[in-house]
Amino acid sequence: MIQDPDAGLLDRLRSGDEQAFVALVGRYREAMLRLAAGYVPSQAVAEEVVQETWIGVLRGLDGFEGRSTVRTWLFRILVNRARTAGSRERRSVAVEDIGPVVDQSRFDGAGGWSAPPEHWIERTDDKLMAAKMADRIRTAIGDLPARQREVVTLRDIEGMSSNEVCGVLEISEANQRVLLHRGRSRLRLVLESEFGEA
Amino acid sequence: MALRLRLRPDLVCQQAVELVTDYLEGALSRRDRRRFESHLAGCPHCTEYLAQMRMTIRITGSVTPEDLSPQMRVEFIELYRSFRAEAGGEPAPDPDA
Repeated sequence: MIQDPDAGLLDRLRSGDEQAFVALVGRYREAMLRLAAGYVPSQAVAEEVVQETWIGVLRGLDGFEGRSTVRTWLFRILVNRARTAGSRERRSVAVEDIGPVVDQSRFDGAGGWSAPPEHWIERTDDKLMAAKMADRIRTAIGDLPARQREVVTLRDIEGMSSNEVCGVLEISEANQRVLLHRGRSRLRLVLESEFGEA
Repeated sequence: MALRLRLRPDLVCQQAVELVTDYLEGALSRRDRRRFESHLAGCPHCTEYLAQMRMTIRITGSVTPEDLSPQMRVEFIELYRSFRAEAGGEPAPDPDA
């Protein structure tokens, strides 16, 4: 049995509760936009894709049997629509981002740190500071290369399992890990460079 | 690179940072996990780096979606109502029935 955080909303939606629809939209619209943006040429088209997705969701309500979680189902519809709307065909780890995740200038000739990580974790004890970092991450995710953005959004914001993510994006586990690694490494670097203290 | 790895059993920091996600995902072989962990045991900087990656994941997980603007709420309610109107014109079941 799949534990589905959206099961309650789904029941309400099926009984015709429009507030449940708005709540579901509120929960996923932003992540959907982030995903759609990687497939289509403009933000406007991404908005259209998201809109179409919600219509598709309403149409598919009766046919949804709960074999996956609601969110997996939503994101599958989204990705299919986005693919149709965009021109991106086969998806693999693109050459959009290669090389080491930590700049090699930070290591000495033997591969040891010459400019070790600056400290910032301690600062997250301050709630305001932690919120500031979360805000910064939100923006930084938007700036990630599209495929990394997709994986990080689904894994780390939505909290999906790697299995679910691979299913939604139709990529291999290994691919997913590479994208996750690059995406997370970039986000860490953003936090370090803005909040780090030597 | 692969050759160097084989000849030198000890990981260096520059290699360790590339293994962090595989480590967290449980995707390293037992042998590589042991090498990674024994590197960490002797390297405070890489230990700090791993802790920072974990914290980055936690902070990312705390990002919540922004609330829909009032205008968007209205638009989506309209979308919902026009869908229902088109889908056979059945009114929503009366919750009090």
